[in-house]
Amino acid sequence: MTSLLTFPKGGVHPPESKAQTSQLSIESMPVPDELELILGQHIGAPCTPTVAKRGEVNEGDIIGEVSKGLGVPLHSPVAGKVKDLGSSAHPMRVSSPSITIAVNHEAEPRRYQERDWHSYEPKELLGMVKDAGIIGIGGAGFPTHVKLSPPPDNPIDTLLLNGAECEPYITSDHRQMLEYAADIVEGAKIILKILGIKQCAIGIESNKPDAILAMTEAARAGSTADFSLSVKALTVKYPQGSEKQLIQAITGRKVPAMALPSAVGVVVHNVSTARAIRDAVVLGKPLCDKVVTIAGKGIARPANLLVKVGTKISDIVNYLGGLKPDLAKIVMGGPMMGFAVSNLEIPVTKTTSAILFLAADEIDTAPHSQCIRCGWCLDACPMGLEPKEIAIYVEAGRPQDTAQFGVFECFECGSCAYVCPAKRPIVQFVRLAKMKAKR
Amino acid sequence: MWTVVACLIPPLLLSVFVFGIQVLLITAVSVASCVAVEAASQKMLGRRVTVRDGSAVITGMLLAFVIPPGVSPLLPVLGAVMAIYIGKHVLGGIGYNIFNPALLGRAFLLATFPVAMTSAWLPPLKDIAVFSYLGEGINAVSTATPLAVIKEQGMAAFTEMFGSGASLYSSFFLGWRPGCIGETSGFLIVLGGLYLMYRKYITWHIPVSVIGTVALLSWIFAGDTYFTGDPLLAVLSGGVLLGAFYMANDYVTCPSNKISQLVYGVGIGALTVMIRLKGGYPEGICYAILLMNAMSPVLDGWFKPRRFAPPVGGGR
Repeated sequence: MTSLLTFPKGGVHPPESKAQTSQLSIESMPVPDELELILGQHIGAPCTPTVAKRGEVNEGDIIGEVSKGLGVPLHSPVAGKVKDLGSSAHPMRVSSPSITIAVNHEAEPRRYQERDWHSYEPKELLGMVKDAGIIGIGGAGFPTHVKLSPPPDNPIDTLLLNGAECEPYITSDHRQMLEYAADIVEGAKIILKILGIKQCAIGIESNKPDAILAMTEAARAGSTADFSLSVKALTVKYPQGSEKQLIQAITGRKVPAMALPSAVGVVVHNVSTARAIRDAVVLGKPLCDKVVTIAGKGIARPANLLVKVGTKISDIVNYLGGLKPDLAKIVMGGPMMGFAVSNLEIPVTKTTSAILFLAADEIDTAPHSQCIRCGWCLDACPMGLEPKEIAIYVEAGRPQDTAQFGVFECFECGSCAYVCPAKRPIVQFVRLAKMKAKR
Repeated sequence: MWTVVACLIPPLLLSVFVFGIQVLLITAVSVASCVAVEAASQKMLGRRVTVRDGSAVITGMLLAFVIPPGVSPLLPVLGAVMAIYIGKHVLGGIGYNIFNPALLGRAFLLATFPVAMTSAWLPPLKDIAVFSYLGEGINAVSTATPLAVIKEQGMAAFTEMFGSGASLYSSFFLGWRPGCIGETSGFLIVLGGLYLMYRKYITWHIPVSVIGTVALLSWIFAGDTYFTGDPLLAVLSGGVLLGAFYMANDYVTCPSNKISQLVYGVGIGALTVMIRLKGGYPEGICYAILLMNAMSPVLDGWFKPRRFAPPVGGGR
C-alpha cells in the first residue's frame, strides 16, 4: 500500500471510540407501529404532502413532493394509513412539519427486481436518482441529482467517494463498505456514467483496514475499460471526511472559499449515498431506510441498525433494551458535529448516521470560561480561520462583524472547540454568528 | 496550569540552595497574596471565583521570581495587588489583561521601591548552607548583578568579580550568580521550558526568537567593537531565559498567530538589548516584554493565519 494521504493544515485526533460497534453486522430493526416523516429532510425547499389524512399508502409511494425550488420527493417507507399531517420534534428547529403513518404490519413487503442499468442514458439515470428521493446521506442532505448536474463551465474529471468516516463512534459507513462493497462500487459506476467520466477514487481512513481491503477488491472487480476505480488509504485525522479536506488529501486541489467541489473538477459523494444510488437505479427502490450507528455507554445494547426513515428514537431505545442509568446526553450524529437532543420522540431522517447515548464520562460538562487567547484553535482549524475571534465577537454582541475572521468559510467541524482549554462552545458561537450576520 | 507550576518548582528549590531560605518566604508571601487578591477582586467585581485554576499561583511564583532575594517580604504583597487587581481584574479578568500581570507587578515595585529593587541582591552561597542567612538577618547588601557590574563598572570589573571562560558559563548556567530569585538557573528554566514544549503547552516560536535575537544583537553590539560581544553571556546573565520561556509566552498577553509570535519575540529581543546597552537600566527584558505585550493585538491584526483557499477572484 502506498503512503497515507491527508490534508496538511490543522485537524485534531479525538479518541476514535469505534470499537463498540465496528464489529457488529448491520441488523434490520423491525418496523415500529408508527413512523413520522419530516417534510424537510434535505437542504432546500421542504416537501408538501401529496396524501390526505386517513389515506392509504403503499410501500414506496410518494407522499411528499417539492413543486418549486431545490428538493426531492419523499416516499412512504411502509404500507399503512396516513394518521396525521402534523409536526414532529426536531433537534434544531424544535418542531417541524411531518407526516405520521400508522404501519400496516399485515402488508406484504414490496419486492424489487434487479435490472441492468447499462443501457440507460445518463439523463434517465439522473431522473431515477431524483425520483428515488436521494440526498447526500453522509450528513449534509444536499439533493444528489443537483450535485450530479455540475455547471457546464466546470468540467469534472474525478469522482471521490467519501468513506473516511472520521467522526468518532460512527461505524455505519464502515459496516456498509464491508457488507455492501460491490453495491457501493456499482453505485459509483452509475455516478461515473451520469457524469460522463472515468476516474473514481474511494477515500477510507486507515483505521478501517478491513473496509480498505473489501473496497479495494470490489473496486478491482468493478473496474472496466470505461470505469477506473481505486481505493486511497487516508491518515486517521479529524476532519478527514470533510469535503474540501478530502479533495485536498486525494487530489491535491484546493476548493476556493465559497465555491463547490465542481470548481476544481471534482464531485464528492458519501459511500452510503453511492449505495442508495445503486439501489435506486438497479432495484428501483426509493431511499427510505438508513443504517444508523447506535452507540455510547448509555444504551443497553449498541448496534448498527437498518431502520426505516421516520423511526423515532424511543422505538430504537425500546428495541435495544432501554437506557442505562448513567446516560448523560443524547446526540444525533457524531460527537464532533452532531446535535444534542432533549426529546426521545425525534424521528430518524435520511441524514441521520448515528444516535449516541453518552454517559457522563464520555462527555465534558465543565462550564466554559473566558478566552485566554492561547491560539490552539488557530492551529486546529483546518480552514485557517480565527475561531477565538469569532467567539469573542459573538460574546460581545457583535456577530455582524465576524465575516472578517472567516465565519462563512467555517463548516463547523468542531476541532476548535475540541482543543479549547477554556471549554468554550465555539461552534455554537459560530452558528449564532451565521444566523445573525449577513453575508 | 498546574504543569507550569510544577515546572517552576525546580528553579525555586535551586534558588533556596543558592540564596537561602529567605526566597521561600518571599515566594510563599507572593503566591498567597496573589491568590488572596484574585479571590477578593473576583468577589468584589461579582465574578466567579476561579483561584483553583492555578492562574494566580503562577502569577505569584513569577512575581517572586523577578524580584531580588534580599527584599522585604512586604514588597510582593504590594506587587500582588498591582499585578492581580489592577493588571488583571480591572481590565476584565483572565483573557482580557493586556500586560503580563507578574511583570506589571515588578515594574510597579521597581518604580516605587527603586533602591530595594536594584540593590537587595544576595551573593550565592559558597557551599550548601541553606540556613546561614537566618541568623544574620537579611540586610547585607553585598553584591550586584552581573549586568549591573558590566553596565556600571565595565567588563574588566566583571571578569575580576565573576571570572571568565568555561567556569563562568557553567556557574551562570547552573544558577550560582546574584540575580532575581527565579532567573538565575538557566539550566532548570530551559529544562522546564523544554518539558512544556514536549507537552505541547508552548511552542518554540517565542523562546527561540527572543533568545536568538538577544544573542545575535549582543554579539553584534555588546562588544567594544562590532561583532565582538559575548552572546552566551548576554543570554545567561540576566532574565532572558526566564522571560523567554515563562513571561513572553503567557497565552493571554502574547500574540496567537505563529508569524506574529516570531515578530513579537524578535521585538522583545531587540528592545531588551537596546535597553541594556543604551537605556538607564542594566536589564531590559521586563520592559521589553511589557512593551511588546501592548503590540500583541496589533501584530495579530497584521499577520492573519493563512486561509485554506481564497474565494474565487480574490476578495469577498
